[in-house]
Amino acid sequence: MTAISEHVAPAEPGTSTLDIVVASRRRRSHRRILVHLVLAVAVLVAFWLSLTLGRTNYSSADVIGVILGHDVEGSFTIGTLRIPRASTGALVGLAFGLAGATFQTMLRNPLASPDVIGISSGASAAAVIGILVLNLEPSAVSLLATVAALATAMAVYLLAYTRGGVANTRLILVGIGLSAMLSSVVSYVLSGAAAWDMQVAMRWLSGNLNGATHERLVPLVIATVVLVPVLLWLTRDLEAMRLGDQTAAALGVPVERRRILLIIVAVALMAFGTAAAGPIAFVAFLSGPIAARILGPVGSPVLASGLFGALLVLVADFVAQYALGTKFPVGVLTGALGAPFLIYLLVRSNRAGGSL
Amino acid sequence: MTLAVNTRPGVEHRRAVSARLLTTVGLLVVLALVCVASVTFGVLDVGWNDLVAGVMGGQETTAQAAVVKRMPRTVLAVLIGAALGVAGAVMQGVTRNPLADPEIFGVNAGASLAVVTGIVFLGLSSQSGYIWFAMVGAAAASLFVYSVGSLGRGGATPLKLALAGAATAVALSSLVSAILLPNVQDMETFRSWSIGGVGGATWDKIALIAPFLLVGLLISWSSSRALNSLALGDELAAGLGEHVNRSRLLASLGGVILCGAATAIAGPIGFVGLVVPHVVRLLVGVDHRWLIPLSAIGGAILLTAADVVGRLVGGTEEIQVGIITSIVGAPFFIWIVRRQKVREL
Repeated sequence: MTAISEHVAPAEPGTSTLDIVVASRRRRSHRRILVHLVLAVAVLVAFWLSLTLGRTNYSSADVIGVILGHDVEGSFTIGTLRIPRASTGALVGLAFGLAGATFQTMLRNPLASPDVIGISSGASAAAVIGILVLNLEPSAVSLLATVAALATAMAVYLLAYTRGGVANTRLILVGIGLSAMLSSVVSYVLSGAAAWDMQVAMRWLSGNLNGATHERLVPLVIATVVLVPVLLWLTRDLEAMRLGDQTAAALGVPVERRRILLIIVAVALMAFGTAAAGPIAFVAFLSGPIAARILGPVGSPVLASGLFGALLVLVADFVAQYALGTKFPVGVLTGALGAPFLIYLLVRSNRAGGSL
Repeated sequence: MTLAVNTRPGVEHRRAVSARLLTTVGLLVVLALVCVASVTFGVLDVGWNDLVAGVMGGQETTAQAAVVKRMPRTVLAVLIGAALGVAGAVMQGVTRNPLADPEIFGVNAGASLAVVTGIVFLGLSSQSGYIWFAMVGAAAASLFVYSVGSLGRGGATPLKLALAGAATAVALSSLVSAILLPNVQDMETFRSWSIGGVGGATWDKIALIAPFLLVGLLISWSSSRALNSLALGDELAAGLGEHVNRSRLLASLGGVILCGAATAIAGPIGFVGLVVPHVVRLLVGVDHRWLIPLSAIGGAILLTAADVVGRLVGGTEEIQVGIITSIVGAPFFIWIVRRQKVREL
């Protein structure tokens, strides 16, 4: 806001309104590009630091050597442990951030992220059953979790569907109800588990990057490469839908079809991310509003939210690994961060007089 | 959801009262049947003679011993069910919200976090300690969710409350894992509490929570007039001479005591508080003076029946009652959501 008023003040009396609009639009788009660049650089720095720093520190030259395939000191730690871990963290964060902002924008509610409205609860229930009842391999658990997340989202959509189409409020509430049911399935399965299995399952349920390997990274990479461009292409229509379903329809957006497509792409991103690292709590929830806040009211926050999600997971995982004495799963840290942020978000929206 | 007060005068009124009395008697009969079923069925089914002898205190046969063991369990299920049913009716009345339920609103998660904190940091291990911790946790969580959900334009809409509750529950359960993961030995204690159900019932436990439940029930029932006024909206209620905030606080206190004490003994049990008041409202209307006591009976029926079903379906590894109520209750929740007009949500 200040940027605009600063610009308006020195304007010559003869300057036309059009010039002012053009100039301020250019200014906003510069800010947009700048924010995205800064976030991208921050992600790269965090990624690089999580390769070099840790219990043992290596130089950047060592890391480059390992990436180029030379046999240098620390090639096991860097090549087999840190690279898959950091890549998984960054990609999962990206996926969660993108999916979260998509849902929040589409449902016009900062609390309506996929993790809060229960999209990932299907993945959790499937994973717990896979680990504890069927004793599956980690890769099979991932596959099962992906399928289950998609199935849950479809069930939520269909249950929220009535003759008038899908109302956003109904979608949110049905999601909450269904996830309450699925989490009782989780606690039933946990109730019969041995103590050791229980800890494995609980680690999975909190979301962590310990199981990251090159093999498990592959499906996530493929999903990212395929789905992210589609989602970014859809953000234009998403921006129109932000104005309300009727306005969007008047602008020529096929609302119901776009909504289904957006849900499918965002849920698929959630599903592959959850399969790779478990439902890391609140990454999807936190990233969107923070990205929107950094960006200001200039266009879609979806990409910025993805970048912020990647940054959040990388940093939180590093802190959870080395800074707290005990090694915590990353999801415990992000979940605990989410609580104060929730309060902040609500207090701020109250001050603004807006409704959530 | 409009909870308008029914004020039909004269003959109509008397007829309504007798219809309600009839409903009450009917529900009590159903409750008695469910209780008999609860003592009778299980891994070992009991015949009529053994049942009578067992209730009288006989221990000669295995069947009679089974009856003796199942009696406290049945009584506990009735008490917990009644408490949760009333807590749900009070919550729905106080928030004027058809979706109010301790599970949806994150109240159970608050109780869980408080109990975990007690177990891990203060070495809590007694049932009476659980009660106080669970109650404080439940109160804190409901206060938080309610104030968060009523921020902003439009006050506490069902949607805002449900979202605030869901987000709070996620945050609180992350904190639960954060506390539990480094403490494997406490995980076991917590697990046995969190899936408690009514299986571990003893007369001692019942004696422990009975006073809390009694106080909670009395507070709730005595608030029923106030809840009727609140249903008309805050301004109208104030116009009728109601101290809006004081009544709301008192009624919530009753609900929180009931919900916290029930959760402390039986672990988090969802959806009883959601389903029961809705069904009872269909039977006797929206007057809280009837709604609250009948929700107690209805809750007792639902929880006892769910416990019996869990025992029959699960065989030797019985399914905890909270899981059965969630599996029945969540579709009911979705049904209510689908039935409401969107603008009312």
